[in-house]
Amino acid sequence: MKIPAGYRRETPGAHPPYDHPSYTSTHKRAPRHALVRLEHTLSEITGPRLAGETLAPGSNENDLTHFDDGEALGERIIVTGRVLDEDGRAIPHTLIEIWQANAAGRYAHVEDQHQAPLDPHFAGIGRAITDDRGAYRFVTVKPGAYPWRNHHNAWRPNHIHFSLFGPSFATRLITQMYFPGDPLLTLDPIFNSIPDRSARARLIATFDIEVTIPEYALGYRFDFVLRGRDATPALS
Amino acid sequence: MRLPQTPSQTVGPFFGPALVRSGQQSLVTAGSRGERITIEGRVLDGDAAGVSDAMIELWQANADGRYDHPDDSQEKLLDPDFHGFGRAATDERGCFRFYSIKPGAVPGPGIILQAPHISVSIFARGLLKRLVTRIYFPDEPLNATDAVLNAVAPDRRSTLIARNAERQGVLLFDIVLQGEHETVFFDV
Repeated sequence: MKIPAGYRRETPGAHPPYDHPSYTSTHKRAPRHALVRLEHTLSEITGPRLAGETLAPGSNENDLTHFDDGEALGERIIVTGRVLDEDGRAIPHTLIEIWQANAAGRYAHVEDQHQAPLDPHFAGIGRAITDDRGAYRFVTVKPGAYPWRNHHNAWRPNHIHFSLFGPSFATRLITQMYFPGDPLLTLDPIFNSIPDRSARARLIATFDIEVTIPEYALGYRFDFVLRGRDATPALS
Repeated sequence: MRLPQTPSQTVGPFFGPALVRSGQQSLVTAGSRGERITIEGRVLDGDAAGVSDAMIELWQANADGRYDHPDDSQEKLLDPDFHGFGRAATDERGCFRFYSIKPGAVPGPGIILQAPHISVSIFARGLLKRLVTRIYFPDEPLNATDAVLNAVAPDRRSTLIARNAERQGVLLFDIVLQGEHETVFFDV
């Protein structure tokens, strides 16, 4: 059998290292041995396809603002964009999962002890499947900043967590989307763990008046670029 | 022109309600073909303490060695009751458990089959990007010729091979993030 081409590797500088001096939780969790390079086989070129089995057609799990029959508090926002590969090709029918703090900076999670109110109408979790053009869209509220205990007076900038699969095991990505103009970004060890300044900037959404819905919600654009196919075929 | 990759960030500690929903720690249903296995293990940090906020994902072929994916064009049967993806969070002690089937062998480099294995992704607070490893099976003759296992230093290969528990059908596989018996992680 002919095995299709593998996927490109991580671009140097575009992704954080495992051990980052100012992010305390990395210190006991980062491997000390170098990673062993694995040439892509059928196991890495294939991957889970979760669109069909996860979300029913017509699902409204991409709207986080109406949990438990009431309206979430906070500044309503639209987050929309496309999922592409490095060659600019759309990645259709792939699952996107998101989670975030509420407008007050509190997660609906038992381990979150921040003294900010929970919102009974905001669970902070959503899912969507990209369409034929690789496009997705969420309606949510702008998450609040919140303190964490990494260092004295540490605050996470406003952010939404995103989980994406793409077409293969190799393209799996979990990341965070930030907001333009946030003064906490320059102080955040997690954001600043990405070596290249230009790569960091790619995690900041763009405010877009065209996405904004009059009298309803502010609009932000955020595109994803997952790894593309390598030109040379995988070993077969 | 190439578009630049979107950087990775940590999954953080609060992913549970969004990502870990009931049922995903079982990859099988009553109709799935193959030898039933249970995989149990712990995720441990550099102090050998359990990591209580990790998420593990599995990806594997079915009992015949076929992936449920369009890029697998082998003439082997798909199993409508097995799709090969599992996901579980660790508990307060760092323990995880999956219910699955032993995968069949899939093609590797050259004409040599890869030994049966399961691809594993690990996410956690403090991991700024995922870690990737593989679970191999004990007493498996194909392990000797597996190209991926053979790319690993001999004294570290055992970290990739599950151990038989005393209970029938149960395999043990700990994931040591750092330290003396650190698991081999792969650059994919």
